[in-house]
Amino acid sequence: MITEQDVYHIANLAKIEIRSEEVDKFRREFQSILEYFDILDEVEEDVEPTFQVLPLSNVFREDTPKECLPREEALKNAKHVEDGYFKGPKVVE
Amino acid sequence: MISVSEWRERLESEKAYDLVAELFDKIEKSNLNAYITLNKEEALKKAEEYDEGKKEGKLAGIPIAIKDNISTRNLRTTCGSKMLSNYVPVFDAHVIERLKQEGAIILGKTNMDEFAMGTTTETSYFGVVRNPYDENRVAGGSSGGSGAAVGGGETVLALGSDTGGSIRCPASFCGVVGLKPTYGLVSRYGLIPYANSLEQIGPMASNVEDTALLLEVIAGKDTRDSTNAGKDFTFNPDEIEGKKLKIGIIKEMGGSDEVMEKFSEAVDLIKSLGHEICEVSMPSFKYALAAYYIIAMSEASSNLARYDGVRYGYALDQLESWSKYFSKVRAEGFGDEVKRRIMLGSYALSAGYYGKYYLKALKVRTLVKNDFQRALKECDLLIAPTMPSLPFKIGELADPLTMYKMDVNTVPINLAGVPALSLPIGLVKGLPVGMQIIGDYFSENMILSFALQVEKELK
Repeated sequence: MITEQDVYHIANLAKIEIRSEEVDKFRREFQSILEYFDILDEVEEDVEPTFQVLPLSNVFREDTPKECLPREEALKNAKHVEDGYFKGPKVVE
Repeated sequence: MISVSEWRERLESEKAYDLVAELFDKIEKSNLNAYITLNKEEALKKAEEYDEGKKEGKLAGIPIAIKDNISTRNLRTTCGSKMLSNYVPVFDAHVIERLKQEGAIILGKTNMDEFAMGTTTETSYFGVVRNPYDENRVAGGSSGGSGAAVGGGETVLALGSDTGGSIRCPASFCGVVGLKPTYGLVSRYGLIPYANSLEQIGPMASNVEDTALLLEVIAGKDTRDSTNAGKDFTFNPDEIEGKKLKIGIIKEMGGSDEVMEKFSEAVDLIKSLGHEICEVSMPSFKYALAAYYIIAMSEASSNLARYDGVRYGYALDQLESWSKYFSKVRAEGFGDEVKRRIMLGSYALSAGYYGKYYLKALKVRTLVKNDFQRALKECDLLIAPTMPSLPFKIGELADPLTMYKMDVNTVPINLAGVPALSLPIGLVKGLPVGMQIIGDYFSENMILSFALQVEKELK
C-alpha cells in the first residue's frame, strides 16, 4: 500500500514540491501503476540484465582541444546571471 | 498529403517561395495545432535562395517539420513543456545539421506530449493536436504534431522521436508512414533526452519512398553520440525483388475487432504477393509493458534532474534556498504526467526497490530481446497491428495506466532496439489503421523494401 507519507517521501526524492490537495490523486495513481508493475514478480527466469542493446563498450574519441561555446551563448538561456556567471540558489542554509 | 515527387513536380513550374508561403498560409489557418513554433522568416529566405539557384542537396527545396524535442539553433525548442517554453538552443542536433547540408527547408517545430511522455499529445503544454481525419480525435503521440502535419498536408516530411512508439503511434493514427530505426543508426546528439537507452529519432512521410529518402539523410556516423553505430543507410528496394519472404505474425500483439479485420486483409494481400505467412509466439511480451515503463521512468527521473531553473528553462524571480527553489521550479514547470514519471522513476531506483523494479525490468528486457532474436531467426520480418485501437476521442483516456496500456504493441520493439515501421493499411469508419513491420538489427532496407511492395499493392 502506498500511503500519503510515501507520496511526500517520493516527491522529496524527485525534488518536486506537491500541494496537499494533489497528494491523494498521486497516491491512487501510484498505487494502481505499482500494482501493475508487480506482474514482474511472476518472472522466475534469471538472466543477465540488458542496459543497452548495442555490442558497444568504452567508446573513445581523440582528445583534441577545440573551440567551446562562447560565454554569452552559454548564459543566453539563464534568468539569473552575475559578472558573467550563472547565479544559483544558496546551497548552504 | 504531399509527396516529395509531387512537390518537386510543382517546383518545376512554380516558385519555391510561393509554395512555401502557401504552406504557411494553410498552417496558420489550420485547426490541427500541429506546430508550436513556426520558422517562417528563415524558411521563406531558404525558399528564395532555392529560387535563385541554390539547389544542391538530396532534399533541396523540400519542406520538413521537426519534433520540438530536437535542438534547433536559434529556433525555440520547448519539448511541449512550460519548463522549456522560452528555451532557444545554441546548437543544432546532428540530424538538423544533416538536413541543412542537404538543402531541406525547416518549416517549424511540431507539437508533442510534454517531454515525449504520452500516447495522445494531450500532455502538451501547448494544447492537444487534432487528428486530420477527425478533429474530435487525437493524432496519437508523442510525435502527434509531426504525424498530423504530414497527414494533414501541412509539410512534406517530418522528424519524430520514438521511445516506446512515439513515431509509430501517430503514424498509425494519422495515416502516414513512420519508422523507428535500429537503436544507434541515427545520432541522438541534440535530442533532448527522456529515456536514452530506448529512443531514436526517425522519419515520417506520406509514403515509403520518402521515408527511406529521409532516413538516408539522417542516418550515419556521429562521434558526439557514444551509442551511435557508425553505419550509413542507402535504400535499395531490389534487395528483395522476386524473393519469397517468410513473414511472422506476432500472436501476442492484437487489437480491437475493427483493427484486426483490416489487419487480416493486409495479411491476405501479403500472401497474394507470394510471401509465406507463419505465426510466432513471444511469451516475454506479457511483461514487456511493465518493464518498459519502469526503465523509461527510471531513466527519465535521472535525465530530467537537469531542470534546476539555473542554467536554462523555467526560473523563479527570487532565488531561495537550493532545495526549496529546485522543488518549486519543478512543481511549476512540469505537468502532471512528467511529475508522475519522474516520481515513480525515483521510487523504482531508490534504496530497497532497485532489485524489485529496475533490475528486474532489465532482465525482462533480455528475455524480450531473446524472443525477437529467436523469431527473427525463423522469419525474415514480423508483423502486427501498430496500435490496438482506432484513434481515441480527445479526453477518452483519462487514467494514466489505461493510456500506458495502449503502448502494448509498440514498446517491446524499443526494449530490444530493433527497427519497426508503421504502414497505413486502410481506413475503418473513415479512420486510419497501421500495420507494424519489424525486422532484425539494421534491416531497415528489407523493412522499407517490403513496405514498398505492400504499399504499391494497396493502391
